[in-house]
Amino acid sequence: MSTATVEDLTEVSAPDRFWNRGRRLGAGLVIIGLIATLVFGSLADAKTARFTLSEDAEGAALSIGGQFGAILFGVVTVLAGGVLLAGIVRRRQTALLALGIVTFVFSFLCWQVAGKFLPLVDTAGGSLELALPLILGALAGVLGERSGVVNVAIEGQFLMGAFGAALVGTMATSVWAGLVSAMVGGVLIAAMLAVLAIRFLVDQVVVGIVLNLFALGVTGFLYERLMQPDALKFNQPPHLPRWRIPGLADIPVVGPVLFDTNMLVWLALILVFVVHFGLTRTRWGLRTRAVGEHPTAADTVGVRVRGLRYLNVLLGGVIAGAGGAYFTLVSTNSFNKNMTAGAGFIALAALIFGRWTPFGALGAALFFGFAQKLANYLSAVGSPVPNQFLNMLPYLATIIAVAGLVGRVRAPAADGVPYVKS
Amino acid sequence: MTTDVEAPPPAKKEEDERRDSFVGLFLHNLWSANTVTVTVLSILLALIIGAVLIVVSDPDVLSTFSYFTARPSDALTASWDLISAAYADLFRGAIFDPSAFQAWINGTGTWRAAFTPISETLTYAAPLVFTGLSVAIAFRGGLFNIGGQGQAVIGCITSAVAGFAFGLPAGLNLLVALLCGALGGALWGFLPGLLKARTGAHEVITTIMLNYTATLFLSWLILQDGVQDPNRSDAISRTIDASAQLPALPAPLRVHLGIVFAVLVTAGVAWLINRSSFGFELRAVGVNPPAAKTAGMSVAKTYTLLMVIAGALAGLGGATQVLGTADKLTTQVAGNIGFDGLLVALLGRNRPWGTLFAAILYGALRAGGNLMQADVGISLELVTVLQALIVIFIAAPALVKAIFQLRAARAARLGASMAKGW
Amino acid sequence: MANDHIDITVEPGEVHALLGENGAGKSTLMNQLYGLLQPDEGEIVLDGVAKTFRSPRDAIAAGIGMVHQHFMLVPVFSVAENITLGAEEVRGGPLGILDRRRIRRDVVETSKKYGLPVDPDALVEDLPVGAQQRVEIVKALTRDVDLLILDEPTAVLTPQETDELLAVMRSLAESGKSIVFITHKLKEVKAIADRITVIRRGRTVGTAAPDTSEDELAALMVGRDVSLEVSKGPAEPGREVLKIRGLVVDDDRGVRAVDGVDLVVRAGEVLGIAGVQGNGQTELVEAVVGLRAIRAGTLEIDDQDLRGQGTKRILRSGVGYIPEDRSVDGVVRDFSVAENLVLDMYDRPPFGNSFKLNPKAIADSARDRVSQFDIRTSSPESAVSTLSGGNQQKVVVAREMSRPLRLMIASQPTRGVDVGSIEFIHNQIIHERDNGTAVLVVSSELDEVVALADRLAVMYRGRILATVSPDLPREEIGLLMAGVTGTEEPPATEEGTT
Repeated sequence: MSTATVEDLTEVSAPDRFWNRGRRLGAGLVIIGLIATLVFGSLADAKTARFTLSEDAEGAALSIGGQFGAILFGVVTVLAGGVLLAGIVRRRQTALLALGIVTFVFSFLCWQVAGKFLPLVDTAGGSLELALPLILGALAGVLGERSGVVNVAIEGQFLMGAFGAALVGTMATSVWAGLVSAMVGGVLIAAMLAVLAIRFLVDQVVVGIVLNLFALGVTGFLYERLMQPDALKFNQPPHLPRWRIPGLADIPVVGPVLFDTNMLVWLALILVFVVHFGLTRTRWGLRTRAVGEHPTAADTVGVRVRGLRYLNVLLGGVIAGAGGAYFTLVSTNSFNKNMTAGAGFIALAALIFGRWTPFGALGAALFFGFAQKLANYLSAVGSPVPNQFLNMLPYLATIIAVAGLVGRVRAPAADGVPYVKS
Repeated sequence: MTTDVEAPPPAKKEEDERRDSFVGLFLHNLWSANTVTVTVLSILLALIIGAVLIVVSDPDVLSTFSYFTARPSDALTASWDLISAAYADLFRGAIFDPSAFQAWINGTGTWRAAFTPISETLTYAAPLVFTGLSVAIAFRGGLFNIGGQGQAVIGCITSAVAGFAFGLPAGLNLLVALLCGALGGALWGFLPGLLKARTGAHEVITTIMLNYTATLFLSWLILQDGVQDPNRSDAISRTIDASAQLPALPAPLRVHLGIVFAVLVTAGVAWLINRSSFGFELRAVGVNPPAAKTAGMSVAKTYTLLMVIAGALAGLGGATQVLGTADKLTTQVAGNIGFDGLLVALLGRNRPWGTLFAAILYGALRAGGNLMQADVGISLELVTVLQALIVIFIAAPALVKAIFQLRAARAARLGASMAKGW
Repeated sequence: MANDHIDITVEPGEVHALLGENGAGKSTLMNQLYGLLQPDEGEIVLDGVAKTFRSPRDAIAAGIGMVHQHFMLVPVFSVAENITLGAEEVRGGPLGILDRRRIRRDVVETSKKYGLPVDPDALVEDLPVGAQQRVEIVKALTRDVDLLILDEPTAVLTPQETDELLAVMRSLAESGKSIVFITHKLKEVKAIADRITVIRRGRTVGTAAPDTSEDELAALMVGRDVSLEVSKGPAEPGREVLKIRGLVVDDDRGVRAVDGVDLVVRAGEVLGIAGVQGNGQTELVEAVVGLRAIRAGTLEIDDQDLRGQGTKRILRSGVGYIPEDRSVDGVVRDFSVAENLVLDMYDRPPFGNSFKLNPKAIADSARDRVSQFDIRTSSPESAVSTLSGGNQQKVVVAREMSRPLRLMIASQPTRGVDVGSIEFIHNQIIHERDNGTAVLVVSSELDEVVALADRLAVMYRGRILATVSPDLPREEIGLLMAGVTGTEEPPATEEGTT
C-alpha cells in the first residue's frame, strides 16, 4: 500500500550490532584455535603422527609431524576465526565454522597420535557404526517432532528394540525375526507415547521420561526372569551378517567403511535420504510439516491432524526399534540390563543439534559417533586425556547449540502442543 | 402461581434428605474422577498389571496354564500363590512384618528387627523427598527440572568431598557438608536456569544433557588422587568422616536424621510456595509469564532463582544419600534418585506435602521390593515398572476414568496439561 | 448456547452479510457450516440437498470455502505451499510427490482470474497483512468454491484495503459465487451487502435490506437505543505528564514499528490514539511501560527519564497499565481474584514485603475493591478464570486504579467486554481523568476512542499523522487512519508484493 505522503517503512530493520552471530562465532574459533596452537602445539611430541589406511601400522599412511601438525591446524583455526571476527563474509559463515571445528579436531589428533598411529578405516568405520543407532533414533525423532509430538522416549524404544531382537532372535534363531521384533518393541513404546500424548493430552516430555523408566523396568525385569537363568534359550541372538559389495568395497578408505558392513548401516543411510525426500517433496511431508507448525491451519484445510501424528509417531517407533536392534544384533550379542546407557538421549541431542532435519541429524550423529570412537581409541592407546570428557562432548555440544551460541535452533512451532479442536 | 401452605411433614422429609444426601453426596463424589480416587485406582491398576507380569514371567506358573482348560484350579492357585506371596513381601518389607513383631513381643526378637521395614522405607524415601521437591517447585514455576539426577550427583560429590576433606569438628562438619551438597546442586541448577533466562534454551534439554555430564564427571573424579580411596584400586572414594555423617539409629536400622530433615524442608518449601513473595512470583510466572511480566515481575530472574533453589534441593537429596546411607562415593551412589524424584513429584501433584507422601510410598515400594526379591526371587525391576505405571495412570486420569467408568469430577483440575514443547 | 435455532438462507451470486456484536454467535454458526463444529439440532441444506459436515473436508468437497478471522496460514511455508496444502497436486501415484510446476501454475491462474495478485514463492511470514489475506482468499478460490465465507475480514485492514476487498467481493458475487460476510461494522454492510441478517445473543433478530438506516441496524444489533456517548464534562488539562520525543521502537521481528513519535499527555485529559491495529500502537504502549526496548528518542514522565527503567519501577512510580490482551497479559487465570488484584503490589505494604505476603490484608482489600468496582464473582477467593470477560477486565481496572496514578494507559480497554461493563469501565476512565491523572487510551474501535478522548492522535505506520479534535468528521479521521493527510492525490492501489 503506497501513498504519496508516507514512505514505505517495512524494509527498515534494526541496525547491526557489533557482536552479531558471525563475530561471536569468530571469537570462539579464535580462542579455541589459540588453545590448539599453544596448548596442543606445546604438549605435542615432535614425532610423526601416522594416519594409516589399514590396520597395519607400517602400511600406507598419511603422516605429519605431531607438533607441526598441531600448530599448523591450530593456526588455520585461528585464521578461520579471524575472518569471521573481521565480519568480512556474510554468506559462508557456517562453512567457515565447520572448517574451524574440523581443523581444531585435526590439531587435537596430531597431538594425540604423535608417535602412534590412527587407523583411518577402522576409525571411520567405527564412527559410522557407533553413530548407527543415533542416526536411526534421531530420524525417529524427526518424524515425530516435525509433526508436533515431542519424543523423549527414544531411549525406551532402543531398550525394547534391543530386548525384542535378543529374545525373539534367540528363540527363532533368526536374525531377521529379531530385527522385526525389535521394530515391534519400538512400536509398542511409540504406541503408548502416541495414545497418552495425542488422545489423553498428557504432557509429552513427562510421558517420554516415564516411558523410558517403564521400558527400563520391563526389560530389566524380563531379563532377570528369563534371560539370566537360561541365556542359551533366550539371550543368544545371531549376529547381523556383514555384506560386501564387490568392486565398490575396494575403493580406499570409503570402500570398506560403506560397502563392507551390515545392512543396518545401509538402512540408516538410505532412510536419511528417504525421510528428507519425503518431508520436502511429498504430500505426506508437506502435511506433516504443516501439522507440526500450525495444526489448526492444517485442520481447516482438511488435513487429519491427529491421524497424521499417530502415523508418524508409530513410524518413528519402527525406526527407533530398529536402532535398538543394533545393540544386540550388531554391537554385542546378548542383552544386558540398561545396555543402551543413554544412547537414546544422545540421539535426541543429535536431533536437536541437527535442527530437526534428516541430514542435520545424520551429521550430528556422525560427529557424536566419531567423538565416542575417539574416546575409545584414546583410552586404548593410554592417552592422558580422560575419555569421560570426550564422552561428554555430545551433551555439551547440544547445550551450546540450544543456547543459540551457534545460531537459533528452532523446533517446529507446534512441537509438544497437543491439538485440541476449539 | 398460587402459594399453598404446606404442612410440617415436608420439613422432616427435608432433614432426611439432607442426611441421605450427605452420605449420598460423599459416595457420589467418591466414585468420581477426583484426585484421591484416581490415585488409589492408579495404584490398583499398576498392581494388577504387575501381577500379570509376575505370572507371565514365571515358567512354573506358566506351565500350569498350558493345561488350563483341563484343570483351571491349578493355574489359578499357582498364580494366586505367587502374586500374593510377592505382594505380601512388598508389604512386609515396607511396613511391618507380623512375625518379627510377634517375636519382639514374645521377647525372642529385638525391637530393631521389628522396625526394620519402616526404617528401610524411610531410608529410601529421604533423598526422594528432596529430589521430588526439587521437581515439584520447578513445575509450579513453569519449569521442567528433569535435571534432578545430575543435580543430586553433583550434590553427592560436593557433600562427600566436604565430608572427608575439611575435618571440621562434629556437628559443624555435618552442617558444612550438607551446605556444600546444596551449593553443588544449586550450581548445577543455576546453569540451565541462566541459559533459559538469557537465551531461552529449553531447560528440558539442558538439564538432561547436564545429567549425563554430571555422571561422567563423577566417574572421572572418583579415580583422581585426593578423592579415590588410597587403599582401593577400583572406583570408590575415600570414606566420609564420621562427624560428617548423618546420625542414624543403631544397626541394623539404617534410618537416619535425613528423613527428619526432609520433613522440615517440606514444610519450608510449602511455606515458600504459598506464603512468601517469591512463591507468589513463581506461581504467577508458572501459570502466565506474560501477565507476570506485564505486572512488573522479572521472569528471567524468577526462572534463574527457581532453578537455583530446585538444584539446591536436589543437591540436598544427593547429600542425604551420601551422608546418610552410602558414606562414600561410587559411580552408582546416586542410584536413580533424580528420576524417581520426577515420578514422586508427579504422583504428589507437585504439591510439597503430596510429594512427601509420594516419596514415602516409593520408598516403601523399594524397601518391599528388596524383600520380594530376596524371598520369592522376583526382580526388583518390577518395582520400577510399578512406579512408572502408577505415574502413567496418574498423568492420564481420563484413562483411569474410562476404565473404571468414573463420573467427571466437580473441580476438574486433574493433572497434566502443562502442555509445553521445546 | 451459542446458536439458538438460527435460520438463514443464502442465494447464489449474493453477498449476504451476517451482522452482530462480538460474541453474538456469528463465527460459531459459520464454523458449523465449515465442519469445524457439529450442530446439536437443525439442518444445513445446500442446493436443495441436506448435508452434514463432519470436518472441513466435507465442507470443502461441497464447495464451501472459509477465510478465517485469524489467518490459517503456516508462516514458514511459501504462498504456494499454503495454497496447495490439503488439495495438493501430486504425481507418482501412491508416493504423492508434489507436482510443483502444476501447483505454481494453479496459483498464478487463480490469482490472475480474480484479480488478486500474490507471489507464489514468497514466505507468508514476510508478507503484510493485506497480502496474507489475499493468499487466504486465493486459497479458498483454488478449491472450486461456490460459497465463500469471510469472517471479520476487515478487522485488520485500513479503509483503503477494505475498499479493495469489498470490490473483490462484488466481482466474485457477479461471477456467480455466494458470499457470506461476517462483520460488526455497519458501514461496510451497507456498502456491499445484498441482504443483511442480524444476529444477537445467538438468535436471528431480523433480515434487512442494505438501505436500512444505520441507527435501525445498530438497534437490531444491540437491542436497545445505542448510546455511543460517554457522559463527561469538559477536560481541565494541567501539567505535561507524559512527554515522548522522536521515539523509535522495533517490533518482534526487528522491523521498525514506531518511527519517530512525538506525544504529550497532560494531567486531567484523555489523549486517544486511533488507528487500525498493527500500526505501532501496541509497540508504543509497551515501550512506555518498559516492556519493549527503545531504540531512540526520549520518554519522560514528569520530567523523569524513563528509558531503560524496568516495568516494575515504571508502574510503581505511578503508572497504571491496562494491557490489550487481558487473558495473556492481564490476569493469571489460576490465581484468585484477590491475588490478581495484588499482582503488581504483592511485595509492598500492606500486602506484603519482599520476603513474605500478608494474606489478611490482601483478602480485606480484595473484598473492598470487589464491591467498589462491581466485580461479579462468587467470592474474592474464586479463580479469576471463573469470571466473565467483562468482570476480568474490571479486575484489571480495579487493580490499576486503586493506587495513586500520574499516568493511566488503557489499551483496547473494552475488547470482548459485555455492554454493561463497557459503560462502567468508560466511566472509570473518565473518573480517573477528573482526578487529575493523565490518561492515554489506545483503541481500534473508533467509536470508543472518539467518545473518550479530549484530543485524538491518529497513528499510521508508526507515526502520529495528526492530532485532532474528536469532533472532526469521521470520514476525515478514516482518511487519516489510511495514511492520507489530505494534501495529496488519492492513493494508488496496492501492489501484489511489498
